[in-house]
Amino acid sequence: MSKLLSVSGLKVGFGRGDALRPVVHGVDFDLAAGETLAIVGESGSGKSVTALSINRLVDYGGGRILDGRMDFLTAGGAVINLATASDRRMEKIRGGEIGMIFQEPMTSLNPVLTIGEQISEAFRLQRGLTGQAARAATLEALERVRIADAARRLGYYPHQLSGGMLQRVMIAMALATNPRLLIADEPTTALDVSVQAQIMALLAELRRETGTGLIFITHDMGLVAGIADRVMVMKEGQVVEQGPLDRILDHPDHPYTQHLLKAVPHFSGGRHVRRDHRRASAGETTPTLKVEGMTVRFPATAGLLRRSIGAIHAVESVDFDVMPGETLAIVGESGSGKSTTARALLGLVKPSRGTFSVLDERPANRRKPVQMVFQNPYASLNPRLDVESLLAEPVLASGERVDAAVRARMAALLERVGLPANSIRRYAHEFSGGQRQRLCIARALMVNPAVLVLDEAVSALDVSVQAKVLDLLIDLQNEMKLAYLFVSHDMAVVERIAHRVAVLYAGRIVEIGAAQAVLSSPQHAYTRRLIAAVPTMERRREIFELDTATIPTLLRPPGYEPPQDHWRVCGEDHQVRIEGDPYKDQNHVADARR
Amino acid sequence: MNYLIRRLVTFPLVMFGVSVLVFVAIRLVPGDSITAMLGTEAGLLTPEQRQSLAVYFGLDQGWFSQYWRWLSGVFSGNLGISVTYGKPVLDVILERFPLTLELAVLAMVIALGIGLPLGVFAATRNEKRSDLAVRIFAMIGQSTPSFVIGLLIIFALSAGFGILPAMGQFVPFLEDPLGNLSQLILPAMTLGLSFTASVTRISRSAVLDVLGDDYVRTARAKGAPKARVIWRHALPNALIPVVTLSGVEFGYLLGGAVLVEQIFALPGLGRLVLDAILQRDYALVQGSVLFVALNFMIVNLLVDLTYVMLDPRIRLGGRA
Repeated sequence: MSKLLSVSGLKVGFGRGDALRPVVHGVDFDLAAGETLAIVGESGSGKSVTALSINRLVDYGGGRILDGRMDFLTAGGAVINLATASDRRMEKIRGGEIGMIFQEPMTSLNPVLTIGEQISEAFRLQRGLTGQAARAATLEALERVRIADAARRLGYYPHQLSGGMLQRVMIAMALATNPRLLIADEPTTALDVSVQAQIMALLAELRRETGTGLIFITHDMGLVAGIADRVMVMKEGQVVEQGPLDRILDHPDHPYTQHLLKAVPHFSGGRHVRRDHRRASAGETTPTLKVEGMTVRFPATAGLLRRSIGAIHAVESVDFDVMPGETLAIVGESGSGKSTTARALLGLVKPSRGTFSVLDERPANRRKPVQMVFQNPYASLNPRLDVESLLAEPVLASGERVDAAVRARMAALLERVGLPANSIRRYAHEFSGGQRQRLCIARALMVNPAVLVLDEAVSALDVSVQAKVLDLLIDLQNEMKLAYLFVSHDMAVVERIAHRVAVLYAGRIVEIGAAQAVLSSPQHAYTRRLIAAVPTMERRREIFELDTATIPTLLRPPGYEPPQDHWRVCGEDHQVRIEGDPYKDQNHVADARR
Repeated sequence: MNYLIRRLVTFPLVMFGVSVLVFVAIRLVPGDSITAMLGTEAGLLTPEQRQSLAVYFGLDQGWFSQYWRWLSGVFSGNLGISVTYGKPVLDVILERFPLTLELAVLAMVIALGIGLPLGVFAATRNEKRSDLAVRIFAMIGQSTPSFVIGLLIIFALSAGFGILPAMGQFVPFLEDPLGNLSQLILPAMTLGLSFTASVTRISRSAVLDVLGDDYVRTARAKGAPKARVIWRHALPNALIPVVTLSGVEFGYLLGGAVLVEQIFALPGLGRLVLDAILQRDYALVQGSVLFVALNFMIVNLLVDLTYVMLDPRIRLGGRA
């Protein structure tokens, strides 16, 4: 195989003169035509900057290539050094020979242009196609990424399509002119796991069809296992290790790679669930949190007079309980109602129906028994308050005064969550992401709650930081007998922290039970699909399959009442919903025949 | 479309509010129109004469019935008779309005024609010397009062080139386009300068904002040349604040520009309203304020229409 791209001694920096800050310190790698290289690393590792340097988009973000060569074999057979190519030359190469897909499909498409206009622009710029020819090519490009009803979708604007659809549009655009190299920068990080599987399937399939070289940037080792031929691990702007997929995954040389592989949560089908808690039987202990028939509906209106046309049934009669010291994970895709459930428990949305009760046996005055830790620690801490004020906030909100005892508690909690003692006078921006999330945890614990709702609490953190925060949460739970409601879409994280798992689909629980049982032998068709979509270290270079099922609408006509629940018990602590559509429970059908 | 219809519904409500406010406000100002009209001679009026004048103009009735009479007239297009001019208020306003409208349009054409490209240019040259120069120009243009600019322009032209602004009787555009333009170009420039400066500043910051957006990066990744990235991808997304600002400024200009009209001796709406207030010409004040408010609302509606054209998210509503 001939070398498509050969990078040597690449150095990239930001800023000029005295303010120059080198970010990538000498990267070397080769990519053969049709080969897939995965670049793995955490934020700040320089992996994205490296990728953006290849097509020189880094120039527009304030960066500059300081040194090194990037020899690229063009379609014409000439070798060109991308590091020094002129802007005009680069305009032809970008889009023409190197395509790129970005992390956030929602913001990466122009909101005021139709997707048809945006895709055909690629043909126009690189092939000079106009009018009917451009339209035909665009239609074909959309069909290539398996978008149904492509002719109609051409006239859609980005806000009318889902994230998964938009990412397909991005791929169609990047592949429009059959580039010889495709750079994918965390293309699935912003997407749900089942949509991620679709995008991966598409990428793998297109790669087989077209023989495009692929540089795949990610922090997810599971995804790497599924798609890469070779792996390059980066840390702090340097390549720590690179080699063939199997060698890197099975026999990593460098301690950092070993750490990444070991510390980072990987999904392993329920084999690594927690075993530090025995669920008491019904009579023995009373649950800390008991939710019965929780229903949240949002009125839906249409037309000029805002006539009611029904309701969005976001959460539909959800029941569960959480024992002291137990974690119940709520998993599901976006739109499944998992965050709405969490918000209802905190009174952030009003349940239309149903009750929940919090029972706390510990003797203390507890006016705020449920506290929450949010997803994004960068956005959920007020930048104008110092740590002391941040921690005082929940105390004041529950109507108490900040006295010596409260201050002592602040100091103790800061120490407990692993923050330096001098933190108290500092502001949120002085902490790293992981530290901020520790701060959020300390804040939630200030009023000594019985239940902690963790809404995607580690999703925004770097993978190795995730593991540490999860460990902290587990320790705190064991010490304080906290009940956790852990809302997440990330199965690997769920496997690490959950004792029990509830799977939410279209606003209803479809399966609930012990984590080990649900994750290792999922019964509901939807749960199976969800779990099958999670990339794992075991499945190497797999052929992803395209699955284009969509979540049914949650909009119901006025007065609609869902049919009665039917549950099938399939284990000591494992229940699955029996239903007709849309995911027929095949086991149930089989049971009935027997 | 719902969006626009909802806007239209507020139209009559706002107009009603404006009519009540102006009606009450002008009557709360001390003095009365008969005294203002006759000046010192008003002192010679016998109480009977004063009374009969008041009856003639309908000033003897209570505020409520005066308001009611005025309002019912408004619906049939009759804004009342101006005490000062002795003519229907609507006629007086419509005589003055073409000049004000033309001045406003010219000022906006200048502002958008110069300010928008200048702002876009400055944004692409962020923090370079040319950007700084544009920003200094914008700062000066915005902070200098219009009468200073107007006087400077007159002074520079008359001292440097011996040209005096064409004053005297206003010539409508349709009768003598050249003569009309030579009359209005200087005042339009005077008004346009600060308008240009605001447009420059806002379009610079809006484009700068947008240039950092992800879809601009996507356009570059497609290989779009610089000019195309800016004009096709960035600018349409940056126009909304520019349109908002232009709408507000244009709306103000339609209310007349008192200082510039005074300096260039132009018979525009601004001076008309000012004189009407000084003269306690109730009907004229009410009529012209109502007229100006109507203009403002029409401009706002046009601004909303432009939003709808610019942004499909407004046009088609949010995610279904």
